[in-house]
Amino acid sequence: MLAGFGITSVPLALAIALIASCAIAALYGWTVERVAYRPLRGSFRLAPLISAIGMSIVLQNFVQVSQGARDLNLQPMIPGGFEVMRENGFIVQLSWMQVVITVVTLALLTLFTWLVTRTPLGRAMRACEQDLKMAGLLGIDTNRTISLTFVIGAILATVAGMLFLLYYGSINFFIGFSAGVKAFTAAVLGGIGSLPGAVLGGLAIGLIESFWSGYASVPYKNVAAFSVLVIVLIFMPSGLLGRADIEKV
Amino acid sequence: MSARPLPPAAMLRDAGLSALVALGLFVVLIGLKLTPTDAGMVLEQRWRALAIVVATVFVGRLLMLQWRVWRPASAPTPRVLAEALQRSGRWVAPLLLVVAVVLPLFSGRYVIDVGILVLTYVMLGWGLNIVVGLAGLLDLGYVAFYAVGAYSYALFSTTFHFGFWVTLPVAGLLAACWGVILGFPVLRLRGDYLAIVTLAFGEIIRVVLINWTSFTGGPNGVSDIPRPTLFGLKFNGSGDPDTFAVFFGVDYSITQRIMFLYYVILGLALLTNWVSLRLRRLPLGRAWEALREDEIACRALGIDVTVTKLTAFAIGATFGGFAGAFFATRQGFVSPESFTFTESALVLAIVVLGGLGSQLGVALAALVMIGGTEALRFVNDLLSSLGIQSDFDFTQYRMLVFGIALVVVMVMRPRGLVSGRVPSVALGQRTEIAAELVAQGRG
Repeated sequence: MLAGFGITSVPLALAIALIASCAIAALYGWTVERVAYRPLRGSFRLAPLISAIGMSIVLQNFVQVSQGARDLNLQPMIPGGFEVMRENGFIVQLSWMQVVITVVTLALLTLFTWLVTRTPLGRAMRACEQDLKMAGLLGIDTNRTISLTFVIGAILATVAGMLFLLYYGSINFFIGFSAGVKAFTAAVLGGIGSLPGAVLGGLAIGLIESFWSGYASVPYKNVAAFSVLVIVLIFMPSGLLGRADIEKV
Repeated sequence: MSARPLPPAAMLRDAGLSALVALGLFVVLIGLKLTPTDAGMVLEQRWRALAIVVATVFVGRLLMLQWRVWRPASAPTPRVLAEALQRSGRWVAPLLLVVAVVLPLFSGRYVIDVGILVLTYVMLGWGLNIVVGLAGLLDLGYVAFYAVGAYSYALFSTTFHFGFWVTLPVAGLLAACWGVILGFPVLRLRGDYLAIVTLAFGEIIRVVLINWTSFTGGPNGVSDIPRPTLFGLKFNGSGDPDTFAVFFGVDYSITQRIMFLYYVILGLALLTNWVSLRLRRLPLGRAWEALREDEIACRALGIDVTVTKLTAFAIGATFGGFAGAFFATRQGFVSPESFTFTESALVLAIVVLGGLGSQLGVALAALVMIGGTEALRFVNDLLSSLGIQSDFDFTQYRMLVFGIALVVVMVMRPRGLVSGRVPSVALGQRTEIAAELVAQGRG
């Protein structure tokens, strides 16, 4: 997040910053799992949830206390773009930054799909999601799998955070809040547990928000996104591509 | 049970690893600080603070490992402690009540003001306790109902000039309606989904309050909200025949109004307590507690889960609405700023720390947390009055401490600091209930 000073080349600076912040975030993911989740496995239903809320409050306020509550701004690092089309004097432009975001997202998506569907770790992750106890009985190191999942999640969030900073040029300690709720909305809309569903849900949320901002009102764009969440939960609780959740006793 | 002592080398290695992790975690966020100034970013280096934190982690880990060895085998287990607290609860609760009733008679304005604040949170805590503690539905948007109540009173009183006592039930009713509106979409949801949706709901209400300027006044809020009256007697120094001071032939002082407000919130809080204690004995309350422990078993026993959940939301919301109306009349001013997620988290922390489901625990937690914050502010004032210039702002760390407390309580004592869960209704001897205890064959 803050590294990369003293280095003049932009790509090199970005790469170093990305690797450093991914490493730190991975450490955070691991520590959070170790401190706030692992001791609670097998505790009562609400315990991990409350602990998670507590942890998110801790992290947010820790950043606020240590880095201040004001917005931090960054000069655009990847300027410019190119013209896609011009018609009736209107120019449709695509900035390099938007290209970078799309490429990075697609690359990570491919990598992640491969990871979950093709690798032993992915198989172990899916097994743990379905039945933790059974996965453990079958010789999967469940603790290691869950830790790694947290690390991967943290790294993905870091990349998203860097893209956010580069694109919008301004961050504060609170950006994670609405991003988190929207990410969850996207996941629910697409169907929990389905990777293509999450992509579809993310796209849908983004489009709904943009169109809402364009044609209805900008201040209410978060309301629009959150309302989608509520409507989906009422009418299609399993999302667009999810499977119906059958609870076994 | 004492753990086997580790060899010193292993202990040192363990603590060293913890310190290394801490170093990695904090090297950027504590070691460096970016401050935006007019001339651009200024990078500040704080290696000393970093060293202190890492050293603290190292020593703390060593002590923790040593404590595991030293801890006497006969140390009171949490369960014994909980039982002791339960027994002492019999006289602690009435004692607290007596103190609460006589407090304003013997103290100044500042103490009464703090008392009002604490009681507001006690009431909110008891209200949320119905939803989270009894019915087991994690509601992260409780502040939305608080906001609905506050804005209901503010708008009814400034637009239609309704009095406090007329609007109070209306505010509660409106909040209950919103509780049901929130309840419907989340009926089929499991814990984590429910939490996020309630969180989003709280945000929606706040964003609407900020942006619907023509109705709510937007970020400027609603001001000049009338104060409550005592059977039509106002509390001001105007000398009118319908003021409290003139009617009773006493000199007017502002303390009278503050004291009146104090007793209003005390009454409201006790009403909340009384209603939830009574409800727990009704079939409805028993259904809530059953739902909290096992939803599937509830369905199998023929309990109407829909009605049970909706009533929990509605009744919890009603008390949130009452508290909101009181908040509006006490402040004389409401704005969306008062209804952020932080507030929801604070009330949740009170309920969790007090022990989900425990009335006394929630009251004690509110007293400690809200009173504690005020005490910290007092320490700050004391330091600066002694001439010690400290830029260390304790109140800034409040939420950080609450967050840590949430995690620590869940890890160490998930049933809360005070409560041992005892069923409201039992056949024969009362034993602790909990789904996981049953699963372990101890139920």
